[in-house]
Amino acid sequence: MNKMRIATITSVTKEAAGITTLRFRDDAEVKPGQFYMIWIPHIDEVPMSASYTSAEKGITIKDVGEATHALSSLKVHDRIGVRGPFGNGFMISQGRVLIAGGGTGMASLLPAAEAIDPGRVDVLIGAKTSSEILLLERAKKVSNEVHVSTDDGSMGKKGTVVELVQEHLEAKRYDMVLGCGPERMLSALLKVCDKASVECQLSLERYMKCGAGLCGSCVIDGVRVCKEGPVFSSAELRKMKEFGSSKRDECGRSVRL
Amino acid sequence: MSSLEVTIGNLALRNPTMLASGVMDETAGSLLRVARAGAGAVVTKSIGSEPRKGYPGPTLVELDDGYINAMGLPNPGIEAFAAEMREARSCLVPVIGSIFASSPKEFSFLASKMQDYGAAAIELNLSCPHAKGYGMEIGVDPETVFTVVREVKSACSIPVFAKLTPNTHRLLEVAKAVEAAGGDAIVAINTVKALAISAEIRRPILSNKGGGLSGPAIKPIGLRCVYDLHADVNIPIVGVGGVENWRDAVEYIMAGASAVQVGSGVGRAGLEVFESICTGMQAFMEREGFNSVSHMVGVAHE
Repeated sequence: MNKMRIATITSVTKEAAGITTLRFRDDAEVKPGQFYMIWIPHIDEVPMSASYTSAEKGITIKDVGEATHALSSLKVHDRIGVRGPFGNGFMISQGRVLIAGGGTGMASLLPAAEAIDPGRVDVLIGAKTSSEILLLERAKKVSNEVHVSTDDGSMGKKGTVVELVQEHLEAKRYDMVLGCGPERMLSALLKVCDKASVECQLSLERYMKCGAGLCGSCVIDGVRVCKEGPVFSSAELRKMKEFGSSKRDECGRSVRL
Repeated sequence: MSSLEVTIGNLALRNPTMLASGVMDETAGSLLRVARAGAGAVVTKSIGSEPRKGYPGPTLVELDDGYINAMGLPNPGIEAFAAEMREARSCLVPVIGSIFASSPKEFSFLASKMQDYGAAAIELNLSCPHAKGYGMEIGVDPETVFTVVREVKSACSIPVFAKLTPNTHRLLEVAKAVEAAGGDAIVAINTVKALAISAEIRRPILSNKGGGLSGPAIKPIGLRCVYDLHADVNIPIVGVGGVENWRDAVEYIMAGASAVQVGSGVGRAGLEVFESICTGMQAFMEREGFNSVSHMVGVAHE
């Protein structure tokens, strides 16, 4: 049961170009990879992964539309409604873990990285360009092995984060890969992990309305991203015909990714 | 061994549980999954002539005893839904096509499309409480309902169910209009008009302000409607409103329902809800000496 609570913004941090972190107090217990439904009064309600899971929770927003723009414009003391947490979250496994985030995908991965003992987690961060590289300093606090890729080569390796993952999987033995980012990236990431025979858990995004497993707007092959996801294992992902190829729009129509 | 098989008009179901419209039923994948989970039939999301986005969020409020929702009839539109039906038809249980429209002519058009797509029956949404020009705005007037049902009946040959709203003092008149127009079954009830307010934000939570209450909170209202309908109409009734365990289902059946639908129960009790209702009902029937579900229908009136 997930009643709406009203939370007050305690801090606003500009992370990178167009990317903002809001912190607020909420007593719910949140696992890395779970998400909230965030109500911006008078505007909309949108799903947001928790980027901080301690007592002072956080969400990290990319300004891409009306709701995210309104969220990014909030100030300390403003109020939002929160429901959740929803979804399954990442399973923190034994052994050596490789974390790969594209764009704002890093926001839901960092709490997972922080939940793993330092010394057995490596972090790879990808973005289009250096000004969009997210949460680098926070990542460096949990791992000595943090590497960056940018499409334009303005920082770190020139190329995609998936290419960076491939290099790491070839050079080193990992037991699990955790990934979050655009679905094309995730689809390529699954292939790379399968090829190296390394299990992965990837966090997916779909159009969400109710958040509670009822309305069915976020389904991928009949599986509810809000309830059974948003994090899926390699085995689950391989069975999904829609993964990497199509998604549902706000009317429920199938559209190509 | 007691049998759970039921028939509604000429529609045979392996058990008396159906997925209610609006819940996990917008895509073939969802419908197939619910059928695999044990439902005796599945009802699709209400489909209209054109694609609809529905309302901005929040569209759902969770309460201790249910939900208030105002989704705003989001749906891909009847043309795009052809692909979903093509795939959903492969499931082993009847797929009932729910439709909403603003005129008898539009209802008939959508019903004949659903029939072409292979729907086993039509469910007319005459009861959505939160979409202007649709649903209960049409479904509270017996004459309009008579015309809608009669025209849909003449436009298709599959059974036609009418899903009615409890938000009227004319429920029995509306139900009699469905029966007089040749409707094959009544589905009752849709959600009850409701509102949730945030004290801190000082405004309604749902973007549409008003919504519809569902779940255990409305079970006594649904039971009363089904009980009264059973006394007044002679076509089968499908009971819906707060069914989430075998006892709820048995109560609806004893009030007069031939089958039940489960909507909110899918969110509150999980997809296992269909199987657990069936297992519990069968055990109850064996304990109490009922050979078939039909022997329980309406016994509360005797």
